[in-house]
Amino acid sequence: MVYLTRVEHFNAAHKLYNPDWTKEKNEEVFGKCANENWHGHNYELYVTIKGDPNRDTGFIFDAKKLSIIVKDSVIEKLDHKNLNVDVDFMQGKMCSTENLIVGIWEQLSLHLPKEIQLHCIKLCETPRIYVEYFGK
Amino acid sequence: MSKVSVFRREHFNAAHRLFNPGWSDEKNFEIFGKCANPHYHGHNYELEIKVTGETDPETGYVMDLKKLSDLVKENVLNEFDHKNLNLDTKYFTNINPTAENIVIVIYEILRKKIDVSFDLGIRLYETDRNFVEYPVK
Repeated sequence: MVYLTRVEHFNAAHKLYNPDWTKEKNEEVFGKCANENWHGHNYELYVTIKGDPNRDTGFIFDAKKLSIIVKDSVIEKLDHKNLNVDVDFMQGKMCSTENLIVGIWEQLSLHLPKEIQLHCIKLCETPRIYVEYFGK
Repeated sequence: MSKVSVFRREHFNAAHRLFNPGWSDEKNFEIFGKCANPHYHGHNYELEIKVTGETDPETGYVMDLKKLSDLVKENVLNEFDHKNLNLDTKYFTNINPTAENIVIVIYEILRKKIDVSFDLGIRLYETDRNFVEYPVK
């Protein structure tokens, strides 16, 4: 069993703001991240699949094809977008990095071929903050 | 005395949009592509401030880097961090917040705060792969 990771990136705006709370409470809990006019990040996305290398190709899966699937199913929806406003799979959710990574997992699961085992995704919001998700 | 350059690295996260209000939506998307998205997008900006000057014989410093950091935080980061560059700052009401224009604005802000005996240079990373420098000599 070998792990294969493809790294992609996207740039997006977001804010952390719970519409059920007052502006004061949002600022108390989310600080500067609650700025009503948004702020943004350069996100780095690490997608790791696992499997045994194919006898004929030596690949678990063609890394170029993995890149195309990640770009078509996820990056296209997120890059240069406003995560709160523009992204269908984040509607009605808080746009935290934690919720975003779960949403990305669900999108990838819908589009990866059945034989591919998704192992882990890692999402870096800044060089100093990142989350990981293993699908449960 | 020899001149030495000292550097301080800072960072801020901000939203922006590239858009020329004198152009149609079609022309804006043609020129600025995804960067023209009306709902904004954003970046982790990395900022490098370079100060060049004589080393002070009493301290051994060109400039106290903690003081430089405080200057940058008070005058630049407080205005830009977790902000929308188009909407929340006073600098980009008439110019686009491109990396080129942002680096010039930051230079002008800091130039007023740092003694003229020091040379000042700014490098601004918009992404790991896109960065700009000002001034050019």
